[in-house]
Amino acid sequence: MLANKRMLALGTGAVAVAMTVAACSSGAVQSGGGSTGAGGGSVTLNVATVNNGQMKDMEKLKTEYEKANPGTKVNFQVMEEGDLRAAVTADVASGAGQYDIVTIGAYETPQWGSNGWLVDLTPELQSDASYDVNDLLPPVRDVNTFDGKLFAVPFYGESSILMYNKEVLDKAGVKLSQNPTWQEVADAAKKVNTPDRAGICMRGKPGWGDLFAPLTTVVQTFGGSWYDSSWKATVNTPEWKEAVSFYKKMLDDSGEKDPVSYSFNECLTALKEGKAAMWADASVAASMLEAADSPVKGKMGYAHMPVNKTKESGWLWSWNLAIPASTKQKDAAVKFVKWATSKDYIKLVGTKIGWSNVPPGSRTSTYELPEYKDAAKAYAPITLDVMSSVNPKQPGVNPQPWVGIQYVSIPEFQDVGNQCAQLVADYLANRGTIDDALGKCQSIAQQAGDKHKK
Amino acid sequence: MTTTTTTTQPTELDDVRAVTATDKRRLQRKELWRNRSLVLPAVIFLILLTQIPFLTTIGFSLTKWNLLYPNERAFAGFDNYTSALTSGDLWPSIVATVLITAFSVTLAVLFGLLFAVLLDRQFHGRAVARTLMITPFLIMPAAAALIWKYSMFDTNIGMLNWLFRALHLPVVSWSTEHPMMTVVIVLTWQFTPFMMLILLAGLQGQDKGILEAAQVDGAGTWRTFTWITLPHLRMYIEIGVLLGSVIILQVFDPIAILTKGTGGTKTLAYLLYERAFIGLDVGQAAAYGVVTVILTIIVATIALKSVFKVFMAGGSR
Repeated sequence: MLANKRMLALGTGAVAVAMTVAACSSGAVQSGGGSTGAGGGSVTLNVATVNNGQMKDMEKLKTEYEKANPGTKVNFQVMEEGDLRAAVTADVASGAGQYDIVTIGAYETPQWGSNGWLVDLTPELQSDASYDVNDLLPPVRDVNTFDGKLFAVPFYGESSILMYNKEVLDKAGVKLSQNPTWQEVADAAKKVNTPDRAGICMRGKPGWGDLFAPLTTVVQTFGGSWYDSSWKATVNTPEWKEAVSFYKKMLDDSGEKDPVSYSFNECLTALKEGKAAMWADASVAASMLEAADSPVKGKMGYAHMPVNKTKESGWLWSWNLAIPASTKQKDAAVKFVKWATSKDYIKLVGTKIGWSNVPPGSRTSTYELPEYKDAAKAYAPITLDVMSSVNPKQPGVNPQPWVGIQYVSIPEFQDVGNQCAQLVADYLANRGTIDDALGKCQSIAQQAGDKHKK
Repeated sequence: MTTTTTTTQPTELDDVRAVTATDKRRLQRKELWRNRSLVLPAVIFLILLTQIPFLTTIGFSLTKWNLLYPNERAFAGFDNYTSALTSGDLWPSIVATVLITAFSVTLAVLFGLLFAVLLDRQFHGRAVARTLMITPFLIMPAAAALIWKYSMFDTNIGMLNWLFRALHLPVVSWSTEHPMMTVVIVLTWQFTPFMMLILLAGLQGQDKGILEAAQVDGAGTWRTFTWITLPHLRMYIEIGVLLGSVIILQVFDPIAILTKGTGGTKTLAYLLYERAFIGLDVGQAAAYGVVTVILTIIVATIALKSVFKVFMAGGSR
């Protein structure tokens, strides 16, 4: 009897071990096997992309590419931003070779390029005159260059702007200038806030690419920064406290009701449905608000990202296509990347899907296309204006030891940003104090900063 | 095993020789080895599939290995364990896991029992009702979490808040204000059908004669239920709780989709995911994994030995 009992306990223990370990080990080592063979002249390209509208359009248009290149099949794996980043980093870092083309942010390009994880695209692109690599917007090209090599090509670039529903603001008698301050915006949001329409929608979903994209720019314009020039973390400073408590107060007074659930896509829906009057977020959103099927098309006004102590506070971001060095189909991948970032692709989107859906912020020539100028007249000039006036070398009041605005381009930042975002989310949800959140965040940030001290 | 009568006349001597202790043991051992050899392929398969990855995980946990720094891979000793145990993430995570599992399993058993009792009756459309009741369990966890996020919990378009508005109650920001309840609600919704199925099987296996006898003896419905049906269901409830706990302990989807680990919902599974896929620290993630396994074994052993009657010696049943 006793022996039986023990055997059972042992057996169940072993099963528990097996299950937990299976879960752990599949997390630790990604096995490959995603990309299919290139035999027989047919090629399958696996593309990992982010679930934003522009990328979904590319998925729709892939048949055009497959038609023009018989034998090539393009598989899209569309993921949410955070999931994409995790999946792609694990795949590329472990060299598993599951993806042939990956969508990466400006944050990753220089780091991954320096690790040797990406194929250097400079020779392929410069040798092709029809591709016209110099047409790519200079600031966006710069953030994707490391050591003089272009490791990724921008698919679209964006800054952040303030978007507001003109009808709602006019009714409330609120006027905003082209360069508003955060205080003006918070006051305006309070005035137009009603029980079933938020005055302003801001990201609150924990995640360094979610909550901390806009929040970092707010911190910077309030005079704060993640690190000083000697990589000392500066999170528990009065500037941070002022900025984060301002963000919370604005959300409490007139923000959306469930901030922890809200990021880009949720705010976009809220604006379209008339459930929010203002929104400060990625400039690329403007093209979605002005799309043909948008209920608020033509009703929106646009302004520079609100400021406090700095002149500009827009961020600079680009989603780029890059080719992992682990791919087995480099030539086919390069061909597809060139197609998806070419001038012709932009025209293809314009004619097939709509001129307001054209991926912005990647090529100068886009802003010279008459059809695009006409379709995007509400926001194209301001997008180009903001994107050329932001300074990724010193976005805040004080100098910083990295290039980049709403992120710190060190590998640890996604972890630091993520943990801090959860702490700040607890503060936003009234579960913790700001001092506690920023104090813990300071020590997390300092640990990461220590690795980069000279 | 006992001596059988044979056609040849058995002498006393033969009988004695056949049952000598050594012979008997040899015979038993032979049989034992035959039995073992039949199970052996499965055991080897199991070991290959589970213990080798486990050893690899232990190996990883002793390594300094962050995917962000692929060139700095080295032996780390117990550094990963030290940082896992001292970082302060482990304990809140254990608490979150236990609370979420306990609440979800308890609620799912209660609702499952209720629905099982209702479905145990004869009525028109019972088959349809049963199929509809099972549906939540058949939906993929990620899809279930998304459905709840947008069509139930959302402050603008969610049905729960639509209901609250219609009743003139304040709108509830589920993920922000009640993160744990949000996760527990989704899990309860998903696992109620699971419990219901197990308990329904138990109810239908109940001897109707005993129930009738109780009725004849004058026991009311409630007394019959608490004194006869519930004790009969104990074994089924235990199985349900055990299986439910094992599955919910590893829950990930609703947390990743609804709360992102905020507000005391960072379970061990989500913590592991964060360390491995956001921190990209393979060594530390493996250390957390090993610690989780050890804790699970301890808890499982104690629980199986003391709480669950099902796995105890058959004598008591």
